[in-house]
Amino acid sequence: MEVKEGGVSEQSCKTLVIIPAYNEEANLGELLSDLKQKNGYFDILVVNDGSEDGTGEIAEAAGITKVINLPYNLGIGASVQTGFKFASENNYEFALQFDGDGQHKPEEIRKLLEIVRSNEADVAIGSRFTKKHDGFKSDSFRRTGIRIFEWVSYLLIRQKITDHTSGFRAFNRRSIEFLKDNYPVDFPEPEVVILLGRNGFRMKEVFTQMLERKGGVSSISLSRGPYYMIKVLLSMVMAAMRSKKMD
Amino acid sequence: MKYMMVLLPRLQIIAISGSIFFIFLLVYLIRKQRIKEEYSLLWLFFGFIFLLFSIWRDGLDYLAGLVGIAYPPAALFMLFILAFFFILIEFSVIISRLSDRNKNLTQEVAIQKAELKELKKKIKHLLRAEERSKKEKEQKSVE
Repeated sequence: MEVKEGGVSEQSCKTLVIIPAYNEEANLGELLSDLKQKNGYFDILVVNDGSEDGTGEIAEAAGITKVINLPYNLGIGASVQTGFKFASENNYEFALQFDGDGQHKPEEIRKLLEIVRSNEADVAIGSRFTKKHDGFKSDSFRRTGIRIFEWVSYLLIRQKITDHTSGFRAFNRRSIEFLKDNYPVDFPEPEVVILLGRNGFRMKEVFTQMLERKGGVSSISLSRGPYYMIKVLLSMVMAAMRSKKMD
Repeated sequence: MKYMMVLLPRLQIIAISGSIFFIFLLVYLIRKQRIKEEYSLLWLFFGFIFLLFSIWRDGLDYLAGLVGIAYPPAALFMLFILAFFFILIEFSVIISRLSDRNKNLTQEVAIQKAELKELKKKIKHLLRAEERSKKEKEQKSVE
């Protein structure tokens, strides 16, 4: 399905905010009530990735939220993909990925959606780094990793993306349809950038602020850092080799 | 020289009987449907290769000479290792495919469960509304 030229009004097309959540009971309640207050122009879907805590109950209790409970932990990639499958089956025109840990600001959802709604790009990525010195603290290990991703991905898709690990992204119908069948499983975010770039999807980054975690732990601990880097770099290169578009 | 003459036939006997036992075990498992045919092909293929080279000593000698192995029975071990390599790689392929299918099934089930829950809720509402209107009608007819 093609997005109409010149963009469409907010009410006329369905938008789904996909929130993958694994053991996020500390953050989720506040986040959902925050999202609920902000506006009613999108539906919210929480994909509870086999949490052992009360994540599922909190999501159900929020009322307006749709909740999909995965019977066991499938990982972030498969959770987000579940959201895409749901969006595709229920004819959503736009989807937005929003982390369940309270690191993203609900106010900025509109900023990302605007880009895909106006057909400026197929995918909008919220980036911490398009502006310099904007608050987000990161240790040097992570920063080096992020630089390497930037460099490798520029080699592979000839497009400058600064924040490959961002989990704050908006998608149009065409990219939803593509990703519901092709979303990678393990540490998916950087690989998705390559997949999209190689398959001719237009991506655009916008600056979004990222808050410190309020609770829970990051999915990538420092000790697993090297494993993460190697796994992701391998899958980035493989994704590039696998994709149709070769230059 | 004498040492070799005594040892080799014994090794050959062991190799031949081992290969035959292995093939029979495979056939038994396939017949009992404990292994699917499609997953047993590589095993069977290598089983027959082991048998072939255990019986056909000249062939083994030739093979050993070809790759520069001084002690021909060692070529048999090389074949073993090669076979394990291929079969283990096949396993990785199968496991990857299974885990992908498993993931898709899990997602499918979870989505349908969520949709079923929503449908049930809607039906409950509808039934309640219907009951209410029925009662109202009854009251009216009584009046």
